[in-house]
Amino acid sequence: MNPIERYVHRRFARVSRSAEQRVGLAAGVRWALRYVFPDHWSFLLGEIALYSFIVLVATGIYLTLFYIPSDSQVIYHGPYALLQGEQMSEAYRSVLNISFTVPAGLLFRQVHHWAADVFIASIVLHLIRIFFTGAYRKPRDLNYFIGLTMLMLAILEGFAGYSLVDDLLSGMGLAIAYGVAVAIPGIGGQFATLIWGGPFPGNSTFWPRLEIVHVLLIPVTLAVLITLHLVMIMRQHHSQFPGPGRRERNVVGTPTWPAYALRSIGLMLAVAGVLFLLGGLIQINPIWQWGPYHPYLSENGAQPDWYIGWLIGALRLMPNWELVISGRTVIPNPFWGGAAFPLFVFAIMFAWPAIERRFTGDVRRHDLLERPRDRPIRTAIGAGFLSWVVIVFAVGSTDRIFYRLGVSYTLQIHVWRVGIWIIPIVVFFVTLSACRALQRTGAHPLRAWQGQVIQRTGDGRVEVLAGSPDRDTPPISEPPVGTAPAEEARSR
Amino acid sequence: MSPDDPSPVTRWGRLLGALVALGTTARAAARRGPVPRPPGAGEVDPSERTVPASPRAESIVAVLLLLAAVFAFAFTVLYIVLSGNTQLLGIAMGGALLLLAVACIVAGKLVVPQETHVEERGPLLVEEETEEVIHIIEAGGQGISRRALLVGAGGVAGAALLTATATPLASLGPTLGPLHHTPWARGVRLVDDEARPYLASDIQIGTFYTALPEHGDPEAFGAGLLVVRLPANFIDLPAARRDWAPYGILAYSKICPHAGCAISLYRYPTYAPTSQIPAFTCPCHYSTFLPGEGGRLIFGPAGRALPQLPLMVDGQGYLRAAGPFHEDIGPSWWGVHRSQS
Ligand code: FES
Repeated sequence: MNPIERYVHRRFARVSRSAEQRVGLAAGVRWALRYVFPDHWSFLLGEIALYSFIVLVATGIYLTLFYIPSDSQVIYHGPYALLQGEQMSEAYRSVLNISFTVPAGLLFRQVHHWAADVFIASIVLHLIRIFFTGAYRKPRDLNYFIGLTMLMLAILEGFAGYSLVDDLLSGMGLAIAYGVAVAIPGIGGQFATLIWGGPFPGNSTFWPRLEIVHVLLIPVTLAVLITLHLVMIMRQHHSQFPGPGRRERNVVGTPTWPAYALRSIGLMLAVAGVLFLLGGLIQINPIWQWGPYHPYLSENGAQPDWYIGWLIGALRLMPNWELVISGRTVIPNPFWGGAAFPLFVFAIMFAWPAIERRFTGDVRRHDLLERPRDRPIRTAIGAGFLSWVVIVFAVGSTDRIFYRLGVSYTLQIHVWRVGIWIIPIVVFFVTLSACRALQRTGAHPLRAWQGQVIQRTGDGRVEVLAGSPDRDTPPISEPPVGTAPAEEARSR
Repeated sequence: MSPDDPSPVTRWGRLLGALVALGTTARAAARRGPVPRPPGAGEVDPSERTVPASPRAESIVAVLLLLAAVFAFAFTVLYIVLSGNTQLLGIAMGGALLLLAVACIVAGKLVVPQETHVEERGPLLVEEETEEVIHIIEAGGQGISRRALLVGAGGVAGAALLTATATPLASLGPTLGPLHHTPWARGVRLVDDEARPYLASDIQIGTFYTALPEHGDPEAFGAGLLVVRLPANFIDLPAARRDWAPYGILAYSKICPHAGCAISLYRYPTYAPTSQIPAFTCPCHYSTFLPGEGGRLIFGPAGRALPQLPLMVDGQGYLRAAGPFHEDIGPSWWGVHRSQS
C-alpha cells in the first residue's frame, strides 16, 4: 500500500465507522455485497427493463419541465415553417417547442420515446424467459404476478405518454381508446365520460388528468412494484439453471461486489448509451409531420407504438359483431378487440401457475429452472399461445403489407380470421415434437447442429464424412428438495 | 506507478494469463447449462476466486474513462456552441455512456477479482416463527368477548369511509346527456374548415368534402361531416330517406361508428368495368361504408351503419342540414341510439 492508498483506507474506515454508529447497517451491507447472482445472459433482460425505466424517469422529468397539459387553442408561430399560423392545442405547441426550440429537447424526447419502446420490449422478453424456464413456479409465483401487473401498467403508461402530444397520430389513438372505453358493457358511457370529463374529445380537465396519470400515478406505482419485485427476489435469491454444484437449496454465481456490480453498472450505462444513440440518430415519432389533431381529421397509415400493435390487430381482425338486446347495445364491437382480448391474454397468464399446479399436482418450492424441452407440454402450450398473440399483433400491420406488397387487405383479414385458429395448433404440435426430439438427442438448438455429412462414393456406397459435433447429454433433473415438502405444500 | 512494477514482458504474460483464465471461465460458463451432474457422485464445489491483476487492462480502463470524459465534455460544448444539434448531442452523450459502460465491464471482467461463490438459500417458511407471529397477533385480542361484533362494526365503518372517500370521484363526471348531442339541427349551414359556406354547386362528383357546422364548435365529436355527390344510378336510399339527398348530395357523420376515428378514405369508380361502387373507408380498422345506400357497412368491424344527416338546399343554393342526426354518431355504447331504418 502506498501512502495515498493508506490515507484513503483510513478515511474510508473512519467514515464507515461513523456511519455505522448512526445507522448500523454493516450486517445488511455485508449480506448485499456477498449476494450471489447466477450468470446467464437471459437474466439480463429484466435488468435492461429496470435500466430503461431509470432512463425514462430521468428524461421524463426533463420533459415535464416544458410540457403544458392544455387543450386551449392557440396559433403556432414557432420555427417550424410548415405549421406556421396553424391552430392547435397548447399541449401540442409545447411539444413542438420541446422538439424545435428547447436545446437538446428533441434529443431527450426521442431518448424518452425509444426508452419506452425498449422498456416494454425487454419486459416482454423477460416474461417469455420466465415462462419457458418455469421461473414462475412457487415461490416466485407472487413475483410473477407483480411482473404481469407491471407489464399492463407499462403499456398503459406508454399509451398515455404518446397521447399527451396531441398530434394527429395521438389524437386518433385517443379516439380509439375512447371508443373502447365507451364500449364497456353497461357502464362504458359513464366510465368514458368520467375519464374524459364529457363525450370525446372531452373537456379541458382531461389533459391535466392524463398528465398526472402519466407522470405521477403510474410511474410511482411502477416504482413501488419494482421495489417489491426486487426485494422479493433478494429474499428468495435468484433462481438458477441446473449445473455442477448447483442444487435446489444453493445459488452459484458471482457475488455483487465487485465483479457483478461493475458488470451490472456497465449494463446500465450501456442501455443508457444505446438509448442516447438511438434518440440522437434515429428519428422516432416525428410529431410535427401530421400536424395537430382535430376530431374531424385523420391520416392514413397511422402506426402506433409497437406495444399497441396487438390491440390494433385485434380490433381489425374482429368480425363486426355487436350484441344488441331490445335496443340496448350490450357489447359494442371495440370491446372485443380493445378490452376483452388483452384482458383474456392477461387472465390466462395470471391463471397459468394455478392451472399448471392443477395438472401436475406439484406444489413444492422450486429454485432450479427447467429448460424449455424438459417440459414439452408447457413449452408447446406457451409457444402456441404466443403465436396466437403474435398473429394478432401481425394483423396490426396488414394495411402496411397491402401498401408495400399489394396483397389485398380484405383477403389478408379473411385468411387470418381462419389462420388465427389453425396456426397456434400447428405451432403447438411442432414445438411438442421439437422438444421431444431435443430431449432424445440431447442436442442444443443453438450450439450444435445435428446430422451427418455424407458422400456417395464411386461404387455407389454412402460414406459418412462427419457426424454431429459433441452432443450434450441432458442434465438429470434433480428432484426439488424442500425443507419439508409436506409442510410447504400445505399452504399453497 | 510503484518501482516494483513488473517489466513489460511480465506484464504481457499476466495479460495473456488473464485472457486464458477468462476464456476458460467463459467456456466453462457456456458449458455449465447442459453438463449433467452424475447422480450419486460427490458434491462438486464450483467456488473459485482468481485475481486477474492485469496492469494492461487497468490502463485500458483508464483510457476508456478518459475518453468517456472527453465525450461528456463534448456534450456540454456542443450544447453551448450549437445550441443543441440533436445528432451530435446524441453521439456525445451516447458515446460517453457507452465508453463508461465498456470501462465498467472490462473492469468487472479483467481488473477486479473474479469469483464464483456458493450461497445457501434459507427456507422461506420457518414453522416456529410463523406460529409465533400468529400467536402474537392473536394474543392482541385476548380477553375481548364480543370479537365478532367489533370486527363486523369495524368492517362496516371501513367500508363506509372508503365509499365516502371515493364519492368525490363522481365530480369528474359522468354526464351521459351530451353523448346524444351534435351541433347539427335543421337549418344549420355546412361550411368548410375555413368557415366558408358550401354551395350545392361546390360539391363535385368523384371526391369528398369535409363539412363543419356554421357557428358550431368544430372540435365537437359530431361536428365533422363527409359530403359527396353521387350520380342517380349509385343512389339507393331506404324509403324513409328519399329526400335526404338533394341533387344527389349526401352527408354522413365523419366519425366512424366503430371506434371514433375520422373517416378519410373515399373510393370512386373511375373505370366502370372493373371498379367497385363508391365507398368510404376508415383508416383505423378499415370499416367500409356505402354512401349510396344510407351508409351500409360492407366490410370491417363497425357494428352499425354510418349515420346519415338529411340535407336541403336553401334559396341561395347553400347546403343546410334538413334536421338533426336520426341516430347517435360515434362509437357504440350501452345507451347508443341506433338507426331505426
Ligand atoms: S374506428 Fe373506424 S374502423 Fe375502427
